Amino acid sequence: MKLLECEKIAASYDGTGVIENLSFSVGEGDYLCILGENGSGKSTLVKCLLGIKQLDGGKITMGEGLRQTDIGYLPQHIDLKKGFPATVYEVVISGCLGRRGLRPFYNSKEKALAKSAMERLGIADLAEKSCRELSGGQQQRMFLARAMCAAKKLILLDEPVTGLDPAATGEMYALINELNKKDGMTIIMVTHDIMRSLNYATHILCLCSSKESFFGTAEEYADSHLAAAMMGGGA
Amino acid sequence: MEEIRIMFSPEFFRSILLPALIGGLAVTVCASLLGVTLVLKKYSMIGDGLSHIGYGALSVAAVMNLAPLKVALPVVVIAAFILLRLSENSKLSGDSGIALFSTTALSVGILVSSKAGLTNDVSHYMFGSILAMSRSDVILSIVLSLAVIAAFIFLYDRIFSVTFDESFAQATGVRVKLYSMIFAVLTAVTVVLGMMMMGSLLISSLIVIPTLTAMRVCRSFKGVVLVSGTVSAVSFLIGMFSALLLNTAPGASVVIVNVIFFLAFSLAGKLRK
Repeated sequence: MKLLECEKIAASYDGTGVIENLSFSVGEGDYLCILGENGSGKSTLVKCLLGIKQLDGGKITMGEGLRQTDIGYLPQHIDLKKGFPATVYEVVISGCLGRRGLRPFYNSKEKALAKSAMERLGIADLAEKSCRELSGGQQQRMFLARAMCAAKKLILLDEPVTGLDPAATGEMYALINELNKKDGMTIIMVTHDIMRSLNYATHILCLCSSKESFFGTAEEYADSHLAAAMMGGGA
Repeated sequence: MEEIRIMFSPEFFRSILLPALIGGLAVTVCASLLGVTLVLKKYSMIGDGLSHIGYGALSVAAVMNLAPLKVALPVVVIAAFILLRLSENSKLSGDSGIALFSTTALSVGILVSSKAGLTNDVSHYMFGSILAMSRSDVILSIVLSLAVIAAFIFLYDRIFSVTFDESFAQATGVRVKLYSMIFAVLTAVTVVLGMMMMGSLLISSLIVIPTLTAMRVCRSFKGVVLVSGTVSAVSFLIGMFSALLLNTAPGASVVIVNVIFFLAFSLAGKLRK
């Protein structure tokens, strides 16, 4: 049984269909990159996978006891400029809400989970810092730690490196890769970075223009004409 | 000195001042707790809008000789749903939607009460009359306030998550729609109770100012919640007693004390940096 299987799903955004007849699957330990231009339906697909958005057709099945709320989610670019008062620890532990159920307070196991996620990502010393004082890279680590708290097997990242400088971008990709290879975490990542996708990912889903989509292993994608086209024709 | 003697006469203390203090404290603390989320989600104007709608409802109830609270509470709860919805997704953007609704309700209230010649009674709701609260109003305030505080404590982490990042909260299975409905009810109840004491013109200051004050010095969400609750309670007590001593309007005095705290905390925040 695959961890996640999408069969012929269709979804729309503001009444216009952006995803039609899309099928793909994710196995445990896979690293799937979702590529596609702006407006190709990547974010809509993410919302469908999380169960925030209703499908217009088709179905998503989860295996291995995975529930939609067990997916660790790192949303696309969160704006913290409004000066929200929250410490890094408060943000990270909020990832444990899903597993807490109806219990009103976090227990020691969940607190330990939040601490270990922060240590794993090297932000343990920032725990009591306000999240508005963080650099872009530290902020994304905080959100990744929160996603790790929520995730049992699968982390879903929506353009995790938007707005980061090259050094922080490299670190972020390395961390995600480590989580996949060392910790066996299954990764689904929406990204624009084809080169890195081909380096790290095991599978590629490309929501290309004109309703054409590609799903296969990274090698198959690299050999296809689509990769060449996305990288700027020719080559 | 005469006033002070009256103020501390056991009779006045027991029958008027004490109930007003307890009821008032409970409602101010509620307002400041809910205010944290309302301010951070940029819904500050909702409290203001709701109080105007509440004013309209109370006026209509007074003219029709109905129990004011029984009319105002459900009307304001429904209005709160609509206003929160408006702020979330609409063609009419949140703030203009609120202005439209609240001024309409306010005008209806003024029209109805002036036609019926009740301006005097109804002006209580404009400016509040904390010392004129009936026993049943006080009891109701306390019960509802305790309910708001209990709900806030039990839902604290969910409130944080929804306030901080709605899409993530939704993804972890928090039912965001349900919580914003619960939140609308809590806000509506607090606003109606608050406007009977502080007046419909001033209640939104109790929602907004303590949070702004706390945000000047606190880094954490928990800190903001605790400090804003404390500051609003202390401001309320100082405001009430100075109103009695100086013979000023209680509602306005409480607001001014809140503003003084805000300025002091702003200065403290600047100095710390």
